[in-house]
Amino acid sequence: MTHPIQREHLVVIGNGMAGCRAVEEILARDPAQYRVTIFGAEPRVNYNRIMLSPLLAGEKSFDDIVINDQAWYDDNAIDLVAGDAVVSIDRAAKTVTARSGRVTLYDKLLIATGSDPFIIPVPGKDLPGVVTFRDMDDVDAMLKAADGGGDAVVIGGGLLGLEAAHGLSLRGMKVTVIHLMPTLMERQLDEAAGWLLKSALEGRGQTILTGADTAEIFGEGKVEGIRLKDGREIPASLVVMAVGIRPSTGLGREAGLAAGRGLHVDDHMVTSDPDILAVGECVEHQGQVYGLVAPLWEMCRALADGLTQRHTGYTGSVTSTKLKVSGIDVFSAGDFSGGEGAEDIVLRDASRGIYKRVIVKDDRIVGAVLYGDTADGNWYFDLLKKQEDIADLRDSLIFGQAFAQGGGALDPNSAVAALSADAEICGCNGVTKGKVVSTIEAGACTLDAVRATCKASASCGSCTGLVETLLAITLGDDYAGERETKTMCKCTSFSHEDVRALILEKQLKAIPQVMQELHWTTPDGCSSCRPALNYYLLCAWPGEHEEDPQSRFVNERMHANIQKDGTYSVVPRMWGGVTNPRELRAIADVVEKYEAPLVKVTGGQRLDIFGIKKEDLPAVWADLNAAGMVSGHAYGKALRTVKTCVGSDWCRFGTQDSTGLGIQAERMTWGSWMPHKFKIAVSGCPRNCAEATIKDFGVICVDSGYELHIGGNGGIKLRGTDLLCKVETEQEALDYCAAFIQLYREEARYLDRTAPWIERVGLDYVKARIVDDATGREALRQRFLFSQSFSQIDPWAERAAGAEKELHQHIAEIRPFAVMETA
Amino acid sequence: MEPEWLDIGPVSQLPTLGARTLPVRGGAEIAIFRTAHGSVHALVNSCPHKQGPLSQGIVHDTSVTCPLHNWRISLLTGQALGEDKGCVPVIPVKIDSGRILIGRAEALAGLGAVAA
Ligand code: SRM
Ligand SMILES: Cc1cc2nc3c(=O)[nH]c(=O)nc-3n(C[C@H](O)[C@H](O)[C@H](O)COP(=O)(O)OP(=O)(O)OC[C@H]3O[C@@H](n4cnc5c(N)ncnc54)[C@H](O)[C@@H]3O)c2cc1C
Ligand code: SF4
Ligand code: FES
Repeated sequence: MTHPIQREHLVVIGNGMAGCRAVEEILARDPAQYRVTIFGAEPRVNYNRIMLSPLLAGEKSFDDIVINDQAWYDDNAIDLVAGDAVVSIDRAAKTVTARSGRVTLYDKLLIATGSDPFIIPVPGKDLPGVVTFRDMDDVDAMLKAADGGGDAVVIGGGLLGLEAAHGLSLRGMKVTVIHLMPTLMERQLDEAAGWLLKSALEGRGQTILTGADTAEIFGEGKVEGIRLKDGREIPASLVVMAVGIRPSTGLGREAGLAAGRGLHVDDHMVTSDPDILAVGECVEHQGQVYGLVAPLWEMCRALADGLTQRHTGYTGSVTSTKLKVSGIDVFSAGDFSGGEGAEDIVLRDASRGIYKRVIVKDDRIVGAVLYGDTADGNWYFDLLKKQEDIADLRDSLIFGQAFAQGGGALDPNSAVAALSADAEICGCNGVTKGKVVSTIEAGACTLDAVRATCKASASCGSCTGLVETLLAITLGDDYAGERETKTMCKCTSFSHEDVRALILEKQLKAIPQVMQELHWTTPDGCSSCRPALNYYLLCAWPGEHEEDPQSRFVNERMHANIQKDGTYSVVPRMWGGVTNPRELRAIADVVEKYEAPLVKVTGGQRLDIFGIKKEDLPAVWADLNAAGMVSGHAYGKALRTVKTCVGSDWCRFGTQDSTGLGIQAERMTWGSWMPHKFKIAVSGCPRNCAEATIKDFGVICVDSGYELHIGGNGGIKLRGTDLLCKVETEQEALDYCAAFIQLYREEARYLDRTAPWIERVGLDYVKARIVDDATGREALRQRFLFSQSFSQIDPWAERAAGAEKELHQHIAEIRPFAVMETA
Repeated sequence: MEPEWLDIGPVSQLPTLGARTLPVRGGAEIAIFRTAHGSVHALVNSCPHKQGPLSQGIVHDTSVTCPLHNWRISLLTGQALGEDKGCVPVIPVKIDSGRILIGRAEALAGLGAVAA
């Protein structure tokens, strides 16, 4: 082996994404060819610049985004000179000089200096508080500013600006985005998608000003705001300039290298000096400069091949863009400007906020813009790059790969199997399907192993589902799957618990978004996962949640129980089983007026009116409302009844006011949606006439207070309750009840009653959370009451007042036609 | 001449991933569904299992899950999917200028079959 000193010396300027990737590629081909020194202006190791956005948003830490840690430099004997920028190149002497004065000889020099953020030359641009968004120092500056809250202005509504705005707004700043053009991200998105994006961001509390031109940044000694050319002033303690980037070519130009917008390079990334190479955003190849990472991976491969005598050559890149704002899915690729001979295929689904547009020319895809549903982005991009003939797919193209290739929707694996080997799986790390598959074949048979070996899915994680599918396809029966626990349903590889955790972590707020982000393998889920997701979302985001009625089982959609003949039964709430003449009269009237065939006392201490037609429901409810009655939720995965006995007011054995406590409990808990139905009972003494020991939450009153029981079930599998604890006052009984319900709401799987849930997590766990941890109990109770402040609205009253009346009406009547026909 | 197609209103009156009903002679109903992709389908509103009202089920992809006992019925073929066996008549639908048209003869024949 050559002694390190005798090897050729490769000096790299720029410790960024391209510089380090180039070194990795070279080492992978021949670890012994060069002695490597890397100069980096930034005082740190190499990290994933594109992940600065999630870092700013608080979704990642610096450690998470490091690509190569110090150990990598050490292991490969790379001399990292971090925090010392190169200031000049002497081509004749073949040396570089750093700011510190250090002079280094090179045999080969690689310039990978990236880009500089463009600063618009307005007054005030140098004020403290004006930052750009390019490196870790910028993010630190923004985080420091965000600590104090206040107003931020982001100039530039492109990819970078919007990601900065998103991060700052998650960090608690009030953000205004100033964009010169009429629509956001106009280079990547067409007008329709730009508009959808704008309204989505506005919905999240950002102010977006389009067609707005900055005149000046003002402030005494530090930024206080900006003034637009139309005179408007916007206060701000932080101004982020994200208006564009310029290739950083200064060093090369001064050294006399040929340059246009970027440093000129040939197909092997060699500049006009044969010993100097350049790669990344600072180069111009065949008239093109790039501002995204995908081309740079390709450049680095060509460069390493060239240096190690394999002359494959770089041929330019087609790029695609995704916006990294959690919960907003935007994809764009190629040319969407339309023009001569171009034809649009468009799909819009306003209710789901989806917009897809594929631009086709001569039976080839030339561009695609996807908003709201980007699952097929990679597929369109793949067809575009390959210039595949899509004539046969044309009619179904817009519905996506699964649909277009027929039957695929039911088999997620076939869609992934159909991707070509060079289709990109992991955008963050530039890993192709072929690479993932060969990594798996070489022995990486778990997700973690794949992540560790080829880095796919190791950054933002949005391709995890794809990688898992590849594991499944490649390993077949040998793939054990990552997770011990059962998946939610066949539409996903995640368990209930995973999904709930991810909803919180990724701030997922709508079902299509969950399906999008968690890679649901079916287009719109199934009848098992949709109701579960709707529940998980409403539980996670009280107050913000938007109901998805189509994901509710019919009973919860119609607020009544469907019967075998398609009619409905109606059960008004009867608080604690207590009623009065007015209520009884109203029920009697309804039975007569709507000719209900049956009225019956239920096992839950109230009255059930049977045989009501869906058309009559709103009128029935209006009549019941008029007598002060609200929905009994006898149809819901929700609080059902609170059974009580007469208690101390009347009964000779009664120890406490069980009826009163039951009514208080029902008033506190009615309207709450749960993983399954939830029943409460309060008995006045241990004779237990209200059967409290087979309820989800039962109270047995005793002389000295209240015994609280949980996890009972009188249904299919009888289970007596467990004693949770004993408390002394009514208020405590109610507080524990609220806390227990919230724990169940937050942690049980959808369709688990309390009984199986407690059997699974154990009584001790519940005691630890509710009895032993007073602070935690109070927090649970508060969360329950907060959520109740949004859910104690009588759904019947809304319907009786005309809401969603179409659910109760036919779409049309054609009886006259039918009669004519028979005539 | 008898029209072949019956116009039963604008597509916008159908909820996405939902259905509405159309009563016809003899007290029977047709269920008109709309999928996530916006395609519209019509079936006799009566599950092949025990006549559950399919219009009230959960629509997903191109099938509907019956609200009574969870059979899955294809909106394209009317066939029960999975292990279950059975079939409900499909009524042809087309969309013209945003309006829903259903096949007149089939609608009536399909209902006759159910009513019998
Ligand atoms: C109406 C009523 C029977 C009656 O005439 O008394 C009733 C009727 C139904 N029960 Fe019940 N249950 C009724 C009290 C009960 C009770 C008694 C009680 O609550 O004290 C129980 C046992 C206690 C328990 O839940 O632990 C009971 C255990 C069940 C079960 C089994 C639950 C389980 O966990 O095993 C089901 C099935 C289910 O929910 O999946 C069920 C399901 C049903 C359904 C909803 C069946 C269905 O899915 O269509 C019935 C709806 C009828 C309708 O259209 O109104 N019903 N059901 C009672 C209504 C109470 C109310 O006022 O809301
Ligand atoms: C916030 C943010 C989000 C992004 N998101 C995406 C995305 O989602 N998808 C995507 O494809 N792309 C994204 N990009 C673009 C992507 O990061 C760049 O394309 C990529 O980093 C370019 O790599 P590079 O090596 O050419 O430049 P850089 O990664 O910038 O590396 C250049 C390095 O050289 C150093 N340097 C410069 N001059 C000198 C000198 N004289 N001496 C020593 N060192 C020097 C710089 O300090 C820097 O560390 C994003 C960029 C940012 C800033
Ligand atoms: S016991 Fe069975 S039949 Fe009776 S109401 Fe309950 S679910 Fe219906
Ligand atoms: S009636 Fe449809 S599944 Fe039973």
